[in-house]
Amino acid sequence: MCTTCGCGTDHVHIDGVGHPLARAAQAPLTGVERFAAVPIAGSGETDSSFGRIGVHAHGTPAARIVQVERDLLAANDSWARLNRDHFAATGTLCLNLVSSPGSGKTTLLVRTVAEIATRRPVSVIEGDQQTSNDADRIRATGVPAVQVNTGRGCHLEAPMVAKALEALPLAGGGVLFVENVGNLVCPALFDLGEAHKVAILSVTEGEDKPLKYPDMFRAADLVLLNKTDLLPFLDFDVDLCEANARRVNPSVEVLRVSARSGEGFDAWLAWIERRVAALHPAADAGRGEARP
Amino acid sequence: MHEMSLAESVVQIAEDTARQNGGSRISSVFLEVGRLAGVEIEALRFCFDAASRSSLAEGAELVIERPDGRAWCMPCGETVSLSGLADPCPRCGSHQLQVTGGNELKVREIAIH
Repeated sequence: MCTTCGCGTDHVHIDGVGHPLARAAQAPLTGVERFAAVPIAGSGETDSSFGRIGVHAHGTPAARIVQVERDLLAANDSWARLNRDHFAATGTLCLNLVSSPGSGKTTLLVRTVAEIATRRPVSVIEGDQQTSNDADRIRATGVPAVQVNTGRGCHLEAPMVAKALEALPLAGGGVLFVENVGNLVCPALFDLGEAHKVAILSVTEGEDKPLKYPDMFRAADLVLLNKTDLLPFLDFDVDLCEANARRVNPSVEVLRVSARSGEGFDAWLAWIERRVAALHPAADAGRGEARP
Repeated sequence: MHEMSLAESVVQIAEDTARQNGGSRISSVFLEVGRLAGVEIEALRFCFDAASRSSLAEGAELVIERPDGRAWCMPCGETVSLSGLADPCPRCGSHQLQVTGGNELKVREIAIH
């Protein structure tokens, strides 16, 4: 645990839906679970993508230099690949929602899942340091949700999502939203296995946030500019904010929405539907074209 | 402060490697952390000290190489240097850049005894 800011990842708890994980409150994810490579089924070996470790001795006789060449995020990324395989096998579109605290992420999500639930399966993994408030808000809509409490951790990691999925069966052809811990810095680096990161920025924040937090806006494929119903009361320059997002990430898409009024939701829901359809091209082609 | 996670990962990788190679103590850990990798080096060093306590890497020296940021500029059609992700091409001012270096984040080697 870091004694400067209190950040650390030694107290991760994951609540189940109806059937809590056997290893719930008293058993946080261990270092072996978080930092070890995903085992390859049946082989008893770990993911060989880390490469073979070569040994060569030089320097002082007492010390041996061992070549490692291992990515710091390799363990996380191997878990992310496992999650991605699971999403592919179940035909699930997974979106990782990232933002600073207070951008209206949960309110936006509540409205979004209520809309999507009328047409296809939807589920949610909620990440927060403490409390199950957000998962409770999602479950109140009738949509299944699992809360992951990261303790002092400032972001979700792929093995936490893998654990949460044990308590969250995915129905085929659905959408899974992962609401990350409110933080515009750390979640940028950690692949959870999602198809896209969606950054949410509210108009009560600064237009220059994409420039201040470029890692996150570069990692995102879509930016939702939320709380547009408040624009008449603010000096926020929407065009400047969009231009700043494109400076950091020229290919990013930007949609203006209000989770309160529903403005812009048609475009947001259509964006999601296009991605769901892309996961099932065969079914879509079958519907769209008359076959001889 | 994802540096704590990264420091824990450094310790885990270093300890695993040391054990697989019969080491009982790690005296140095050589890292490559690119200048565009989004890592605060002082925070990483601080967290490494905390995360390595009671491990084989306790007290180990952390040697960090910092590759410069590089990007492929589409309008220029060549590789340019880049000091920040929000920065424009230093030659033509365009933001049509594809980062090609400076985002490294890995353990290169360790010294064991």
